[in-house]
Formats: sequence, structure tokens, C-alpha cells
Amino acid sequence: MNKAIEHYLLRLADTALTQSQRIAEWCGHGPFLEEDIALTNVALDLLGHAKLLYEQAAEVSEQDVSADDLAFLRDVDAFKNPILTELPRGDFAFTTLKQYFVDQFNVLLYQALMDSQYQPLSDIATKALKEVRYHLTRSRDWCLRLSLSTDEAKQKMQAALDDLYFYTPELFETDDQLNQLMAESIIPDMSALHNQWQQQVDELLNKCQLKTPTSGWLATGGLRGEHSEHLGYMLADMQFLQRAYPGCEW
Amino acid sequence: MYSQGLQDAKGGPEPEGLLKAFQKRIDNEEKIEPRDWMPEAYRKTLIRQMSQHAHSEIVGQLPEGNWITRAPTLKRKMILLAKVQDEAGHGLYIYSATETLGITRDEMTRQLLSGEAKYSSIFNYPTPSWADMGAIGWLVDGAAIMNQVPLCRASYGPYARSMIRICKEESFHQRQGYDIMTVLARGTAAQKKMAQDALNRTWWPALMMFGPSDKDSKHSAQSMQWKIKRFTNDDLRQKFVDATVPQAEHLGLTIPDKDLKWNEDRGHYDFGEIDWQEFMEVIKGNGPCNKQRLRARQKAHDEGEWVRKAAEVYQQKQQDAA
Repeated sequence: MNKAIEHYLLRLADTALTQSQRIAEWCGHGPFLEEDIALTNVALDLLGHAKLLYEQAAEVSEQDVSADDLAFLRDVDAFKNPILTELPRGDFAFTTLKQYFVDQFNVLLYQALMDSQYQPLSDIATKALKEVRYHLTRSRDWCLRLSLSTDEAKQKMQAALDDLYFYTPELFETDDQLNQLMAESIIPDMSALHNQWQQQVDELLNKCQLKTPTSGWLATGGLRGEHSEHLGYMLADMQFLQRAYPGCEW
Repeated sequence: MYSQGLQDAKGGPEPEGLLKAFQKRIDNEEKIEPRDWMPEAYRKTLIRQMSQHAHSEIVGQLPEGNWITRAPTLKRKMILLAKVQDEAGHGLYIYSATETLGITRDEMTRQLLSGEAKYSSIFNYPTPSWADMGAIGWLVDGAAIMNQVPLCRASYGPYARSMIRICKEESFHQRQGYDIMTVLARGTAAQKKMAQDALNRTWWPALMMFGPSDKDSKHSAQSMQWKIKRFTNDDLRQKFVDATVPQAEHLGLTIPDKDLKWNEDRGHYDFGEIDWQEFMEVIKGNGPCNKQRLRARQKAHDEGEWVRKAAEVYQQKQQDAA
């Protein structure tokens, strides 16, 4: 059981960390000052969630590892995030829509995880939910603002949707270990969660007057450690100091 | 007479009676507020100084932002992100405070991007190693605190009040920088070298942050009279050196100045001459990163244009629909 829990904690932690890492790239480069600050806030919150999740994963791990070891010393094939969160940040429309997809997922997930039979996960969910609700309000507002304003912004949102849409089902992918956790009510039923998510997303995209694309590459594999080319570069950057100067205190 | 030569916005002389009353308020340590009468030169001096300060916060995001994706631990990454975010926040307060003097943020941004307005030259130096995050926090934020604590008592109310809040955060920034240096200085030989190299890089540019020597400072006397400034550049620089030398000793690091030594008679450290030619070159735009920093700001501004436009159009549509 602990192995399955560790696996799932890493799935969530890696998702939060990679999403945070991409959003953090905007710090100092946002479209205007208030939004620079808001994006950094989101990155910070997600990083905080990642830290709590890695700490818990380290706690249940059979190996003697720290949260930092898990974040900074695993290679691409050990990362479990969906490919969506490792995609390069793109333009502000891409960042915004991607963040909305993740925020909508996080809100539904953490709401459900509050009822987890595994107390540490329920505790983390309770804390994270307050923050991801705020993130969702922000990214939803921006989706509307960009889609229903100028032609240029709308086109960028449509292009972002065309690029991102088929990466989203992977958020709900499961495997034997996750199925086991679902059966034990440690994590919620992912297909039910997917339905709820789809309903919310359809509603917003409809309001935004955006068209969902009909075909594209259906992303899969993150949970099994199968990633895009992008993750290797992200980790090379993120893990540089720990790799170049092994075993140091920082 | 202090008022001689002061001109109003139209180029005529400032009314003598108003000037006297204004100076009296300042001498009595009253705060000047946005709606109060003030000499045009006071307004201009504040706009110049405050917008430079705000620009420094914004451009100052870049050298540290350089290490956000590469910070070595989750904790360090959180601290660094929070710190760079604080800087954006400081920029925002100060821009807002400056707007009370009758200039828009758009205009200030234009001045920054066109190179008309200056920002602190320290941010035109590169941050090639992680230890630079430590050195910046310790020395650059340390120097900023020396400059900024007296500004909490500046005569212009909105500036003084924004500085009170900013100084609280800056002191946290300085502590986290010193903490990074402490860990590195006690770490492996490679880490210690990293820390020493960063100190070598940052020391002289940090001393330059206090501005030209008093004998060459063209804005000082009037600013002191108006209580925008409380101490001279050289006084503050000396205070900084005196406070910092023992900290470097505590770290076991060497300040890169062979002339640095305690002067018993003065009760201060003597230190070597700053390379003023380098200082002038960096201010002119010929520092190692001037072009890079302004280009990064310009790029963010250009790429954000459609977003700002979209937000504006959306707001207008909402208002029209209401």
C-alpha cells in the first residue's frame, strides 16, 4: 500500500512542481506588473504544495530520501507528471489556458481528496484547496477576458486550445496502483472526476466562444515515466546545482 | 537664499511666500502630501528619484530571476521566488506613490525603456553563480537598506509611507542573502570559492550604489534641504562599510580591497578608491548587462501589449453591457 501511496504522492508532487517551474519562468517577464505578481503567487503556491507532497512521499518511502532528493535527483523516467505540465510556457494565452485546465483539475481533485481515507493526503488537500480556488477564479477570468476582447487575443486563445486540448485527458490517467487506491477510497474515482472536469471546461469554453479541436495527439505516459522532450531540459536546468555539486548543503 | 533660482512649471520664479511656508513645514518635519503646494523642482526631484527607485526594483527582478528555475532546493526556490515577487511589489508601490506627483506609470515605463530614466547600476552586473543570490541579498539589499531607512522619514508622505513597508521586506531579503552566504562559506571548498567569487564581483558595485562622492553629487544639497535625503552619499557608504566588514570576517571571506583597514582615530574603516570611471561607464549604458536588461524589459513590454489591450477592451465591453 505504501508503494502505491508514494507513487501517487509523487504523481501530484511532480505535477505541482513542473507546473510551478513553468509559471515561475514568467517572474520578471509578465505582461504587466500586477500580473507578474499574480503569476508568481500561483507559482509559489504550487511550489508549496509540491514541497508538502514530496515531504510526505519521503516519509512513506522505504528509501532514505528527502523531499529535495525526490525533486532534484530523479531523472525524466522517474517523473510522473502528465505531459501537459511540462510543456514550455508559450505565450500568455497558452499559459493562461493551461493554468485554467490545471486549476479546474486541482479544485475538483483537492475537494475530493479532503475525504481521502489517507489522512496526510486529506490534510494537504484541505490546505491546498483554499489556494487553488483562488487560482481557478483568476485563470477563468483571464480566459474570458482574452477570448471576449480583441480578435488577436481570441485567435491566440483558439490556437492555445488547439495545441493543449488533447493533453488534458492524461490528467485523469490511472494505472494498477491508482486503481487500487481508488478501490480503497484513498483517491477519488478518476473517471467521475474527468466527467465533472469536462462539464466545467465545456461550459467555460462555450462562454469563451472557443471551438474544441476534433483531432490531435492524445497525450499519455507521464504516469509511467514516458515524457516529451521538454522535461529533460527542464530537469537539466532545475537540477543543475544538485547534480554539479553532489552532496552539498544549500 | 535657498529659493534663488527655483522656477515654477512655466519657467517663472516660484512665489517667495509659498516657498518660505513650504520650507517651514519641512523644517517642522511635517509631511508634504499630494494635494499640497510644492515647488516644481521638488516635484521633479521626487519624480526622478522615485521613478528611478521603482525602475530599479523592476529591473532588479532580472539578475535574481536568472536563478529561480535553478535554485538548489525547494526551500531556496520558494524564498527566491517570494523575494523577486516582493521586488515587483515594491516597484508597484513606488510607481503608485510617484503617480501622486502627476506622472503616469505608462510614461515612467516609456522613460525606462527609452533609456531616459536611470535605474540602479548594480543591476547591470551579471549573476553567473548561485552565490550571487547570496551576495545580492547580503550586500545589495544591505546597501539598499542603508539608503532606504532614512527615506522612511522623507518629507514627501506617500514616498515615506511606501518605504516603511518596503524596508521591512528588505531586511528579510538581506537576512536570507546572508544565510545563503553562511551556508556556502561553511560548505565545501567549491562552495566557499563560489561565495568568495560572488563577494569579489559584488563588493565594488555595491559601494557604487550610494552614488557619486559628495564632492561630485549634483543633487545632494537641495535634497538634504528638502529632507528627501537625510545623509550624504559618502556618509551612507561609510556606514555600510563599517557594518559589512565584520560580517565578512564572520563568514571567513575576504573583501577585495587591499586598502581596507580600521582607522582608530576616525573610528571607521578606511577603504580604497572606487573606480569612478567604471561607475560612469555603467551609468552611460556601457555595463556588462545594460543592453540585456533593457531588452528583457522591452521584450516583456512588447509581448504583453496584446494582453494589456485585451484587458482594456474587455473592461470597456463589460461597462458598455452594464
